[in-house]
Amino acid sequence: MGKGVALSTAEPMGAARWLLRGHSALVYAFFYAPIVVLAFYSFNESQLVGRWSGFSLRWYEAFLQNDNIQSSLWVSVKICVASTVISVVLGTLAALSIERFRWWGQKAFDAVLYLPIIIPDVTMAVMMLVFFGETAELFNIIPGVDLTNGLEKLVLSHVAFNISFVSVVVRARLANLDAAMEEAAADLYANRWQAFRRVTLPQIMPGVLGGALLAVTLSLDDVVVSSFVSAVGATPVSVYVFGMLRKGVSPLINAVSVVILAASMTLVMASLALERATSSRKR
Amino acid sequence: MSEASVAVGLHGVVKRFGDVVAVDNLDLDIRDGEFFSLLGPSGCGKTTTLRMIAGLELPTAGSVTIHGEEMGIRPPNKRPVNTVFQSYALFPHMDVARNVGFGLEMRKVPKEERSSLIDWAIDLVEMGAMAHRKPAQLSGGQQQRVALARALVNRPEVLLLDEPLGALDLKLRHQMQHELKELQREVGITFVYVTHDQEEAVTMSDRIGVMHDGKLLQVDSPERIYEHPTTRFVADFIGQTNFLEATVASADEVVLANGDRLRLSTDHDGGAAVAVTVRPERLTVHGRDEAPVGAHSLDGVVDSVVYMGNAINYTISVDWMHLEVRCPATLADDRKYEGDEVTVSFDPDHASVVVG
Repeated sequence: MGKGVALSTAEPMGAARWLLRGHSALVYAFFYAPIVVLAFYSFNESQLVGRWSGFSLRWYEAFLQNDNIQSSLWVSVKICVASTVISVVLGTLAALSIERFRWWGQKAFDAVLYLPIIIPDVTMAVMMLVFFGETAELFNIIPGVDLTNGLEKLVLSHVAFNISFVSVVVRARLANLDAAMEEAAADLYANRWQAFRRVTLPQIMPGVLGGALLAVTLSLDDVVVSSFVSAVGATPVSVYVFGMLRKGVSPLINAVSVVILAASMTLVMASLALERATSSRKR
Repeated sequence: MSEASVAVGLHGVVKRFGDVVAVDNLDLDIRDGEFFSLLGPSGCGKTTTLRMIAGLELPTAGSVTIHGEEMGIRPPNKRPVNTVFQSYALFPHMDVARNVGFGLEMRKVPKEERSSLIDWAIDLVEMGAMAHRKPAQLSGGQQQRVALARALVNRPEVLLLDEPLGALDLKLRHQMQHELKELQREVGITFVYVTHDQEEAVTMSDRIGVMHDGKLLQVDSPERIYEHPTTRFVADFIGQTNFLEATVASADEVVLANGDRLRLSTDHDGGAAVAVTVRPERLTVHGRDEAPVGAHSLDGVVDSVVYMGNAINYTISVDWMHLEVRCPATLADDRKYEGDEVTVSFDPDHASVVVG
């Protein structure tokens, strides 16, 4: 055995141990220090982000008094919920159609489905902009749809990229599922819907939830596509904050970010707790 | 056979997957209440045939009937059959009782009736103590039992089993073979059993259908299949055998390659190239010219002797081929040794004419 090759998988000893620990600490610091700094300065009294002049909640107060930020947050939540629900349903259906059936044009569909993951955001954004510019009138024929309204456009464009991510996650789950399980359900008098509802869905649920979480995150995060397609009156918070930056960085941005951060962390914690609760009940 | 006694009827059934013919013009009547095995090597079309009965595949042509009723394109959930899958396909998120009750629940059997049926089925396979375990907490053999109970609880007209013992170890497999046979007698349901294991088929079945390359070669009792195969493939697939190349002389006579004439009935045309098959244990070895009258005999020399404990295997070369002979282990002075000149004999009743 050569020098430097670990003899066992036990914890490393001596200098190696401290080196590895130091390395881990550095990695975590690199990841989380900016967040800590951001949160810290949101309680800064000063107008200037980088200079501490005392503890204050004035930026949170400003946030509560700023109707523009609050309405943009509300816009983001609406887009996020709508696009997540739609893309989870469509993405799961797409995953099922690819994993469980054979049809003409399937390979092409499969390849196209992944494009939004591969192509740069800005390309996607330009595509959306041009697409809505050319087709808005066509869509408006459908009763109840008004694509001059930014909200619908934002939802549609978020669905467009979220479908890909959802279907990738759900497919991974489906691929590990014995297809005979669905045949067994059919053999035991279940119709297609019952087989899906009672046998397939419960088993791909972690994938579906994972895909939904990914969709929520991507939708809240998106700046590039959203800023291309958003219209007056429907600005998501990500685009609004980005716009605020142009007028100069104020600790208000920090406060907004902390609120969003807290909300998304609560969401993740809740989903983890839910998963733990259901899996312990199963056992 | 009358209409009523046929549980499953397959008539002119063909299944093609693209250019591949998986099942080629299959005609078969499976009797009500019998343990029927479809036996063949992998890729012979036996599983496809089973899946067509279940409705999991639809035939390209031909008809599938269950108790005289045409199945047509009826989906699996509307057929009076249940399947035990090779992978068991138990639902991992449901416990044993929920798994077993799934079919009853789908058919909207009232709750009280359902739970008594579930209890009956779980007791039938002796899994009462495990009713609230998840499949992942069960051994392979236990999962197998649950899969059986889940199918039998519905009292199907026909139970389809797709190599259900394939994943079990040898000892458990033998035990389950016995239990399956007992269970079939107890519930009186027609079993259609797919396997590639000839021993399994022979020990459990009332009748066996041997398949090869999508064709059904022979349907007979295990004994007929073993003792009187009609094709070379069947003779070779079910146990060890000797093939003596021959030509048909007339309806009741064949000529061996060495010119010997043998009285064996055959329905093949005169001049047809056939083979006479005789099992190693149906051959006996004697000293030269000591063969009994009435038996057919061939002179040869002992090539090798293998002592097996309960039997002795001889390889004997006659002038144009080698013969495998299995004798019950005898005392040392009756034994033949390498180089001995011997006569091998067999009763023509124990020989069969095969083609292919």
